[in-house]
Amino acid sequence: MSFLDGSRLITEACVQAGADVFIGYPITPANLLYLYAGSRYPTMLAAPDEITTLQWMSGFAAAGRLPVTATSFPGYSLMAESVNMAFMMELPMVIILVQRLGPATGTATCGAQGDLSVIQGTLSGGFTLPTLCISSVQDCWDLSAEAVRAAVRLRSPVVLLTSKEMAMTVLSFDTSQLGEIRPPDRPCYSGEGPYHPYRAAEDLVPPFLPVNQNRFQVRLTASTHDTRGILQNTTEEALDNTRRLQAKLHKNLDSYTLYELDEEEGAEVLLISYDVTAQAAREAARSLRAKGRKISLLVPKTLLPVPPIYLDIAARHPRVVIAEENISGQLRTLLFGAAGRKGLSGVNGLGRMISPGEIVEQAVRGE
Amino acid sequence: MSETRFLTESELPYCKGCGHLLVAQNTERALQKLRLDPLDVVLVTDIGCHGIIDKSFRTHTIHGLHGRAVALGAGVSAGMNDPARKVVVFIGDGGATIGMQHLIGAAHLGFNLTVVLHNNMLYGMTGGQPSEFTPQGFRTPTLPAGAARAGYDICELMAAAGASYVSRVIGVGDYSDTLAKAFRSKGFSLVEVMEICPSYGVKSNPGMKLARVVEEAGLAVKVFTCRGDKSYKTPASNDPQSLLGPALAVEAGHAHRLDKPIGIMLSGSAGEGIQSAAEMFAKAAISAGLHATKKGSYPVTVGVGFSASEIIVSPETILYTGSATPDVLIITSADGLGYARAAAGRMKGGLLMIDQSLDLPETGAEVVRLPFRERAGGRNSALHSMFQLVERTGIFPLEALKGVFLADRMSGKIDIATLLPQ
Repeated sequence: MSFLDGSRLITEACVQAGADVFIGYPITPANLLYLYAGSRYPTMLAAPDEITTLQWMSGFAAAGRLPVTATSFPGYSLMAESVNMAFMMELPMVIILVQRLGPATGTATCGAQGDLSVIQGTLSGGFTLPTLCISSVQDCWDLSAEAVRAAVRLRSPVVLLTSKEMAMTVLSFDTSQLGEIRPPDRPCYSGEGPYHPYRAAEDLVPPFLPVNQNRFQVRLTASTHDTRGILQNTTEEALDNTRRLQAKLHKNLDSYTLYELDEEEGAEVLLISYDVTAQAAREAARSLRAKGRKISLLVPKTLLPVPPIYLDIAARHPRVVIAEENISGQLRTLLFGAAGRKGLSGVNGLGRMISPGEIVEQAVRGE
Repeated sequence: MSETRFLTESELPYCKGCGHLLVAQNTERALQKLRLDPLDVVLVTDIGCHGIIDKSFRTHTIHGLHGRAVALGAGVSAGMNDPARKVVVFIGDGGATIGMQHLIGAAHLGFNLTVVLHNNMLYGMTGGQPSEFTPQGFRTPTLPAGAARAGYDICELMAAAGASYVSRVIGVGDYSDTLAKAFRSKGFSLVEVMEICPSYGVKSNPGMKLARVVEEAGLAVKVFTCRGDKSYKTPASNDPQSLLGPALAVEAGHAHRLDKPIGIMLSGSAGEGIQSAAEMFAKAAISAGLHATKKGSYPVTVGVGFSASEIIVSPETILYTGSATPDVLIITSADGLGYARAAAGRMKGGLLMIDQSLDLPETGAEVVRLPFRERAGGRNSALHSMFQLVERTGIFPLEALKGVFLADRMSGKIDIATLLPQ
């Protein structure tokens, strides 16, 4: 048995999955990720701020490297415009967002799940930033590797969402159960010239070619562009390319749809939770079953784009209880909109962890 | 032999009389002088009129955000880590105003790139607003009275920040030799090209000549620095080790007497080993076959005030790691009492172990007052309290905690006899 924190597993998994450079600016509660990066990544750079972080990462990605950073909301908000740029340029990278209590500076040392809506609204125009969320210690390993793989597969920035309690709590964990991680293949464009950086294949993901080679010219741009990477106004070709940025995420969604479903035949109530509160929800489900109650549990790990199967699962249950550590129920709104649905309720907390008891209480309410 | 073309045959996209066109042509000439292949060059452009030039270059091109081209170019340069490849960053005075920190930072670190700063002293793409580079008295459409104060002298700033090569030129005629010198420099170089915008600058300042504006602004046209001695090398670790090495493992070797989870809070003062004491206790619990979690709470100024640690030990895997009300609360100092008073008040049972020098908080817990500080001193009071906890609760043998302590380098500095319960 080992005694370790989630940040250690996240860092090791990212590197084993092929991430080769960490660029960051320190911020609580992401500091352990920064600390470990210094001794684990082949290259680690201390950036002077979070805007520079994302710009340097984009430069490294353009040169064929696979960068990772770790931050919390104040840093992430500074990164936002540059995340849009990286998304538009189709540069693979992983942004680990360790949630803490907001708004603004809030409380740096208090956990939260307040940033799902922020991520959902990061990209102008309703585009989606692929987002995976760690919901257990094992996920620190599995999801981190998957985030790196998805970034390469989608040629896109990917957010790996976690929170203070996941990243910083030290705990006993058996590392012998960790599966092997292999870095993804990173094929470069090998066809005939000229190379069009934004001409996609059937999977809608364009083959990648870095700027440090002399075979073909590479043009990258954050402005609306055609397949050659040349700035356009709103030509049909350019808008098709912009639409493709969203379409590629959905076209390949099955390849990075990850969730945990513990469904019980005849259960009236479906518990849904993510991040650290998923642990409380697992305990709540265990407790309810020990009392002879039927209960189903869904832990979505791919949060964005929303895999349609989550709604199919929810539709099989008359009641849905969503537990999350924010004031308004961000996952609840993401899944069911402002109108909600019949039988939908939430367990919410602010500035404290949601306990299994609260979830149990909500699950049995109205029986 | 014909020269390698770095520009395409298409017409350059600028207003008549705009100096940006000359920058493009001079850049091509300078790159020709270096005898580079176009694909040895990455041109990174900012936002502004100058930024639409990328489509006219045969080099690799990257067109980013307003003000960020220098940081983006720095990333490209560090990512390639190949001095044979040239990164050229085009930016305007607007982008340089927004991204001044990126310029200072890139010069300071010595990234291998050349910034060509198109300074036409106003924002040409958005209607002629002034920038931080607009000279005193220079008029723009939105500032008809003229700028009230002098603009930045970017060349002085860059030289002071540590750039390898810095020069200012008047952006007329052939200045490709200056650009070529900058391109040949190792590390960070910058050429400020003084221009006047034909659409806004000329119309707002009729009859004014560019050279005179520059002279009256006190901006010297010269080479500011030419040392070429600082060149960035991307750090690389050849053999980084796994973070999951054997040092993390806690060997099992003891038994425990726990049949359900218990939550323990240890609350004391920063600098008195609260976190390390809690960690040793948790490791000892693991060595006794228990599962354990540990988290710390302390003010952002980690060296003063309280320090608290929450531990859960359990015979089963622990999912939920929170514990609003501890089963056992240990308070070793006045700082710790201040932090844990509310938790003590919530306890309707369980055990409170508190230093005998402290006032008793309201609590429903069984209270045991102990001389933690008197016995072990402030610095070791927390560690001593962990031994007391094990002794009194019998969760696992004292030998388990002794074993963890003796394996820790701290044991070389502290006599274990001072920690053990009497």
